[in-house]
Amino acid sequence: MATLLDVRGLSTHYVSARGTRVTRAVEDVSFALDDGETLGIVGESGSGKSTLALSLLRLLPPGARTVAGTVRFDGEDLMRKSEAEMRHIRGKRIAMILQDPMASLNPLFTVGDQVAEPLRVHEGQSRRGAWERARGLLGAVRISAPDMRVRNYPHELSGGMRQRIVGAIAISCGPRLLIADEPTTSLDVTIQAQYLALLRDLQRAQRLAMIFITHNLGIVARMCDAVAVMYAGRIVESGPVRQIFNAPKHPYTRALIESIPRLGEANGRLTAIEGQPPDPAALPEGCAFHPRCPARLEKCATERPRDSIVGAGHRTACWLHG
Amino acid sequence: MNGSRAATLTTTWRLAAFRTEGLPIFPIAILTVLAVLAIFADVIAPHDPQVGLLGERFRPPAWQQGGSTAHLLGTDHVGRDVLSRLIFGARVSMVVGFTAVIFAGVVGTVLGILAGYLGGWVDQVIMRITDAWLALPALTFAIFLAAIVGPSEMNIVIILGAVYWTRYARVVRGEVLSLKERDYVRLAIVAGCSKRTIMRRHILPNVVNSAIVLATLMLGVVIVTEAALSFLGVGVPPPKPAWGLMLADGKKGLMAGYWWLTVLPGVCIMLMVLSANLLGDWLRVKLDPQLRQL
Repeated sequence: MATLLDVRGLSTHYVSARGTRVTRAVEDVSFALDDGETLGIVGESGSGKSTLALSLLRLLPPGARTVAGTVRFDGEDLMRKSEAEMRHIRGKRIAMILQDPMASLNPLFTVGDQVAEPLRVHEGQSRRGAWERARGLLGAVRISAPDMRVRNYPHELSGGMRQRIVGAIAISCGPRLLIADEPTTSLDVTIQAQYLALLRDLQRAQRLAMIFITHNLGIVARMCDAVAVMYAGRIVESGPVRQIFNAPKHPYTRALIESIPRLGEANGRLTAIEGQPPDPAALPEGCAFHPRCPARLEKCATERPRDSIVGAGHRTACWLHG
Repeated sequence: MNGSRAATLTTTWRLAAFRTEGLPIFPIAILTVLAVLAIFADVIAPHDPQVGLLGERFRPPAWQQGGSTAHLLGTDHVGRDVLSRLIFGARVSMVVGFTAVIFAGVVGTVLGILAGYLGGWVDQVIMRITDAWLALPALTFAIFLAAIVGPSEMNIVIILGAVYWTRYARVVRGEVLSLKERDYVRLAIVAGCSKRTIMRRHILPNVVNSAIVLATLMLGVVIVTEAALSFLGVGVPPPKPAWGLMLADGKKGLMAGYWWLTVLPGVCIMLMVLSANLLGDWLRVKLDPQLRQL
């Protein structure tokens, strides 16, 4: 399969107003994504997952800047695109789903208008034509009676429905890549399961590649082909889902997997990871995880581990495997 | 006892309902009457408001001694019919008030959205001008401008718009600052909408409510300012019948007992401003989406 997205050495920093404090939110991140593949990016809050996603779309908040790296999407370097060219890529070729379905829809417009908006912006369709497509899209995200729902306002719909409408907006222009930033955190468990199944089906039907940002490893196991684990702005381990879950190499990944509650396990206590994630503006020397690492070596505190290959497509940055 | 308590509860509930949910009958009635008078002034007014008979001057209202049914509310110092002038004065106040409020509203809302959404130097420039503007006393500033451009109805509208747009710019900018952090605006950015599209489609419709509420509240302020300018002789030029001008003309006769020349236009101004303010207060509650959903 062809490589759709190839990210090399991407670093995004937040610089404080006076330029004195530099927060390395994303540091030297590389990964690749094939057509139709799903990559899960996992990590704690503040590990740089969302900043990474925004860097890909070049939608960083003021104060943040991508200082190094290339992002090749479909053979084109996104970092060299003008703002106008980026606008044609956002929403049309790379779509994104945000966290909160309640807040993602404008309360003043009907569902039909909002699903039709990207079609009108990107494909210059007439209002009527776009509405026609909007009905079809609502059907595609399994909303019953789409003819009626297009005329509803967001507050008339349930949370699950709204999230599906956000999904319909995302796929409206037939994107190649969908970035989902914790799309299910605000939904309850049954709706969450339905929504994930829907995303899977859409992905198969449209041959979408997906980047799934989450802190829920259960979702990753169900949805993704590959996983990248982020800690303090870096990818500490990445590889095929099966390998990561069956044989995690990095102590952080292992600790994450051990902290998932499992059904049917007798001795009830969960293992938690000791300590707190580090302040990204003052990272420890060497491996950022070493102060919390149960298996640390002496050089972990002084030298940063390099990426090393530990299996087919499986790499980790840890001295235990260096 | 139970019954009387229930009755009290219903009464309180009714009063609350009258304030927030039912239409505010008093201000709407007053404004409707004034609007009808303004629109059909030519048909309703019994006399020409600008031509008087000197022989008929200082006639008191019909119910006082010396009054006649030909001039229900009396005549002024050149014998013009006060009722007819009040009716035509409603037209002046309404036209000037509404156009000035709309003019100020459009300018202020557009600048407020630009400042709030674009931020950076655009925001700095617009808001520093606004600060400077607000530091000037509105009436003095209006008199100053009026003295430069000279009196005419059109000029009054422009002056009032130029003086009062800053109020809208402030309120709208604040609203935009919070709106632009909402997820649906972020979703629109992620979906590749241009800044113009976002301002037009996602920001503007969401600030229109506040702008309308503010406009209603400003209507009273603008009408009072218009009256004040006319009273001071830099507003609507005589012999046009403006309420402020009538007050100015009438004050000479106040000591001589010709009370109707000042009290009547004063009451008209007061009723109109009071109605506009009550309506604005009611709209503010009504159009607030948080309160509306209750």
